[in-house]
Amino acid sequence: MIQALAFYLFASITVIAGMMVISAKNPVHSVLWLILAFFNAAGLFVLLGAEFLAMILVIVYVGAVAVLFLFVVMMLDINFEELRKGFYTYLPFGLLVGAVLLGELAIVGLGWVTSDHAASLSRMPAPANVTNTQALGQILYTKYVYVFQASGLILLTAMIGAIVLTHRTRGGVRKQNIGEQNMRQPSDATALVHVQSGEGL
Amino acid sequence: MVIGLGHYLTVSAILFVLGVLGIFLNRKNIIIILMSIELILLAVNINLVAFSSFLNDMAGQIFAMFVLTVAAGEAAIGLAILVIYFRNRGSIAVDDVNMMKG
Repeated sequence: MIQALAFYLFASITVIAGMMVISAKNPVHSVLWLILAFFNAAGLFVLLGAEFLAMILVIVYVGAVAVLFLFVVMMLDINFEELRKGFYTYLPFGLLVGAVLLGELAIVGLGWVTSDHAASLSRMPAPANVTNTQALGQILYTKYVYVFQASGLILLTAMIGAIVLTHRTRGGVRKQNIGEQNMRQPSDATALVHVQSGEGL
Repeated sequence: MVIGLGHYLTVSAILFVLGVLGIFLNRKNIIIILMSIELILLAVNINLVAFSSFLNDMAGQIFAMFVLTVAAGEAAIGLAILVIYFRNRGSIAVDDVNMMKG
């Protein structure tokens, strides 16, 4: 009973927050609704027994991705009213596509049955008497170690890409160049001028 | 009242459709489009974790983690492209993106 109550609470708030993400007038509000949706999805994950993923969702999505969105939205000075034009012209078409998609998903969901052998076909059954985090680690670092490394490479690529894309050399900024300073010779900096007495320079 | 696999699949289907709808409705605002993509990936994650939990198979949770990784990378690159686009054009209207070539 309490589980069903928790499920309906988390699920309804997730869906409502998802609706507000796409319909909020102000993108800052959109990001905040997105954070709410992620938190409640994390609650759903906890209900499903995936505690580690729930915590990762809170840390990575809310702590990193959503805050990144927030920074970008607040950093760029954009006229959002201009961008909202066409919201209502696209609404009927969007609703139509959404309804078709939802109908197709419903048909798949209703016509779909779990095989009786599904449990025995499980490739990686969760080990008993082990916490969710430990069970994940035991599989991730053994069977999926190469994929794990590859996902690390993806993150590295994303990091380098983001830095390369947004880095720019700005003109008119005086920076210390230590190499240049060390290479400097006395002859570059000073000149010995023989001044005749009584004439000046 | 038992919460079964179908309940979770319904939530994820609704979230997925909301994400697709968000892409259609906010065709000009690329920030909302990126957020809609995040919603779609969240729906996919709920699907994977629900199946993983009900079929007692850890592979689903592993793949949900990889989806999370790719989503984080995608958001970072997307927002970086958005920032340089805004720096060059002074707007983020998606309609003008055909000017980006060259």
